[in-house]
Amino acid sequence: MQRIIISALSGGLFGAGLLVSGMTDTTKVQGWLDIFGAWDPTLAFVLGGAILPMMLAWHLTTKRATSLVGAPFPSKPNPRLGHNLVIGSVLFGAGWGLVGLCPGPAIASLSWGGTGGIVFILAMIAGMMAAPSLRLRIDKLAAI
Amino acid sequence: MIQTDWIWGLVGGLMIGTAAAILLLGNGRIMGASGIIGGLVDRSGLGDWAERVAFLAALVVIPALMLPIYNVEISTKITSNLGIVIAGGLMVGLGTRLAMGCTSGHGVCGISRFSLRGIVATVFYLLAGGIAMVLFRHGLGLI
Repeated sequence: MQRIIISALSGGLFGAGLLVSGMTDTTKVQGWLDIFGAWDPTLAFVLGGAILPMMLAWHLTTKRATSLVGAPFPSKPNPRLGHNLVIGSVLFGAGWGLVGLCPGPAIASLSWGGTGGIVFILAMIAGMMAAPSLRLRIDKLAAI
Repeated sequence: MIQTDWIWGLVGGLMIGTAAAILLLGNGRIMGASGIIGGLVDRSGLGDWAERVAFLAALVVIPALMLPIYNVEISTKITSNLGIVIAGGLMVGLGTRLAMGCTSGHGVCGISRFSLRGIVATVFYLLAGGIAMVLFRHGLGLI
């Protein structure tokens, strides 16, 4: 139960932060990516602002053995980059630019975003369902 | 309004980072939106489905409750071209699961621990997003 309450607290604050920062507005996100247009620097402040508390949090994980609920902290990720990281990030970035939504803001705007947001989420879920088989194919191709 | 946008960006960013810190220090989990959704979609994360659903439900409900605070109508201003919306959604879903992270997981949580994977992913999705704007807005005039 404790874990569920902590998850809801985190999700709620994440959503509030996305709304306050303006990141649920697709034109602000596209404005940041559009360096040759009317460039909007807001997203840099959002990302910078979000990284600060997390730097402190990661530092605190080195001082404690476990999290509040007694679960271990996530181990350092495998430093190997791999083709899936690059191919996936390029695909994600292109889709992000095309519409101006990434997964968090897409979900956050579900209750007021209208039909467009719902269609985006359904398409995103379809993409997520297809991802495991595409990953297998890419791995096979890369092994040749 | 435009002049204060960066302040609200910073305040909202600090809230997003604090949300990620709560999940990390509380549950020992990385706050990655695509991972939390994707684990439910491809069934790889059904073991803790209740936590994922609680996170996502609060992510929808809390901003909705805040809307009356704003005097202006909040809109995502998403394009009405459904073909573009579907193409973008598919790419975001496929891409984030192949790369195992999005702006929150690789960007916020990865960069803050100086993870090479997080930094490389962020560089590539920002570059691809910028190129998409050049191609589709300035080149083809689609968006």
